[in-house]
Amino acid sequence: MKQGHHPVKKYGMVIDLDKCTGCGACMVACMSENNVPFREDESNKQDSITWMKVYKLTNGKTYPDTEICYLPRPCQHCEGHDGHPPCVSVCPATATDYDKETGIVSQIYTRCFGCRYCMAACPYHARYFNWWDPIWPDGMEKYLNPNVSPRMRGVVEKCNLCFHRYQQARDKAIFEGRSEVAEEEYQTACAQACPAGAITFGDLNNPSHAVHQIVLPDNKHSGRPKNPHAFRLLEKLGTNPKIYYLSSREWVRRAGDNYLTGESGSSKTTSHG
Amino acid sequence: MDSALIPRGVKRCPVWQFALGLGIVGIVLLWGVYAMLLCWFKGLNQTNMNDYYGFALWIWADLAVIALGGGAFFTGFLRYLIGKDELKNIINFAVVIGFICYSSALLILAIDVGQPLRSWFIFWHANVHSMLTEVAFCLSCYFGVLTIEYIPLILENRQINKIPFFHNLGHNMHEIMAVFAATGAFLSFFHQGSLGGVSGVLFGRPFAVREGVLIWPWTFFLFTWSAAAYGPCFTLLVTRITEVVSGKKLVKENVVQLLAKISGWMIGTYIIAKIIDTWYWAAVTAPARGFSLMDFYSGNALYGIWILIAEIVVGGVVPAAILLTNTGRRNSTARLVAITLGVIGICLNRWVMVLQTMAVPVMTFDTWQLYYPSWQEVATTILPVAYGIILVMISFRYLPIFPQETELNPIVTPDHQIEESVSDQPPLVTAQDLSPAES
Repeated sequence: MKQGHHPVKKYGMVIDLDKCTGCGACMVACMSENNVPFREDESNKQDSITWMKVYKLTNGKTYPDTEICYLPRPCQHCEGHDGHPPCVSVCPATATDYDKETGIVSQIYTRCFGCRYCMAACPYHARYFNWWDPIWPDGMEKYLNPNVSPRMRGVVEKCNLCFHRYQQARDKAIFEGRSEVAEEEYQTACAQACPAGAITFGDLNNPSHAVHQIVLPDNKHSGRPKNPHAFRLLEKLGTNPKIYYLSSREWVRRAGDNYLTGESGSSKTTSHG
Repeated sequence: MDSALIPRGVKRCPVWQFALGLGIVGIVLLWGVYAMLLCWFKGLNQTNMNDYYGFALWIWADLAVIALGGGAFFTGFLRYLIGKDELKNIINFAVVIGFICYSSALLILAIDVGQPLRSWFIFWHANVHSMLTEVAFCLSCYFGVLTIEYIPLILENRQINKIPFFHNLGHNMHEIMAVFAATGAFLSFFHQGSLGGVSGVLFGRPFAVREGVLIWPWTFFLFTWSAAAYGPCFTLLVTRITEVVSGKKLVKENVVQLLAKISGWMIGTYIIAKIIDTWYWAAVTAPARGFSLMDFYSGNALYGIWILIAEIVVGGVVPAAILLTNTGRRNSTARLVAITLGVIGICLNRWVMVLQTMAVPVMTFDTWQLYYPSWQEVATTILPVAYGIILVMISFRYLPIFPQETELNPIVTPDHQIEESVSDQPPLVTAQDLSPAES
């Protein structure tokens, strides 16, 4: 299948925070699907790898007005300015790339030499460094996903929207003489694992896909959502992410970005995980 | 024992004293080498860096030594391109310091990457959009230039200089040194600038990001400017330290004052630009992203507004004020205070642009992250300092680094010793004649 003969896709997802229970199934599914390494002691969360990380937010109020919200955060697959996400343009060795055919930000592990400039550039902390070589418990090698290469010490890794699944779905479509990958054929592990159905994944450019119908992205304005309950993290920075969030609660939506005191009629809300 | 290697007309400490000094610094060097090997063989898990602090002490050290080493390119620029002839008396030492700083930066970078054996990818798979790519190319090229500038100095060693080939090589290299000085200034403009661009282009980091012109954020120009401004401060500071340690005056007062005055003007103009940049960033850039100035300077144990004041006022306004006045410049104590504050100020600037950028939370549900380096990081950062001291010691002892030293410190010796020395003298040159800058 030749690239460029089909409509350009923008794969992304919308996560309904009203539905998310913070169970962590998305994190487990992600780690299992992508051979994400772990250590015996994972208590230091600043050097453990979680492509999908669930944050716990609070509205900062005391009981009985306390509210919480769980916010799963994969790589935001930013489009940035004209396909230049914060991390891609800084990589000195072209080890990460923005695919304009799919909108997926890739990471080439065998080319990364571990300078970590991309990590410094990412405001979402979605990029992780392999501080150690992966060591799998005895016998676990047999359960690793054969479609995903494990990473070695000294390189950066991150969520790639289960790109290997896209490759498989595309190969299958080509084999069957189809030019398009159907919505249900390419789904990420986290979207499939979520028991609450909080994660919807698909092509944001395709009006028939659920993700498009929920978000209603406005491509004339860098994909900003027309759905009043949808928002993106750190919209003001111009990173132009393809991960959207839904919430009916205003404090949650405001927690997605930084506001000056008094801006837009209400004070700055800061919540911490 | 090594008197045959020591430049003519100068006095050096006894060999045992020199060896003792080398030994003490050498132990520190070995400690750093051990830590370096740990990092290379066991990986960067030997550090206290983490996924919030991908950039940490080493990157700061890199930026700091490159800024401090800026005295080499700027003094060369002033000497060869602007024609400040007096600076021929300090440029040799500026070159030695520059060489040490840049070789140290390359060494630290080699330790700092996760896959050192793939370091060449930065050249082979170069991403032209990345500031680090520009840094890598210009840094490597400029290190080559510094090496070329350092070689003639080595060739001036008394024994090496006796060999006609090396004598002529050194002489001819001196002849074309202006070309290398110009090349060095050109390369330095870009790599100093692109180091500023490293943080300035981070549009996901409101603390670091700056607007700019075309592809270059304002930090690009500020870093080049500041390296030219503060680099000479470091050259003067190390010169002063060398004078104190050796117990003799090495550079004439008029030379020191000239460089101090130029540095003062550069710092003064730089700090005005820096204040404008900071004001625009605080009033326009950061608020557009939802941040007020105090969001960056509160809510944590270390980064208060004091650091901004220390950088701009203590490390900028004060040294500029001292160095720009005749009284301040001529008073050796005030001058020393000024150049020391300048060195601290530029190091502080590089620190906040790297470390504070990493510390500031960007997502509203994130928190401030503070970090302290592991002993391996500290040791490998001290390693280049020890290496630098050793190289200065060796260069000072065996090479005619300071052309004015003999004049400032005449040696009164018995007649027969003088005759002996004369008979040993190479027929073509003297240390004074061959000062690289002059040739």
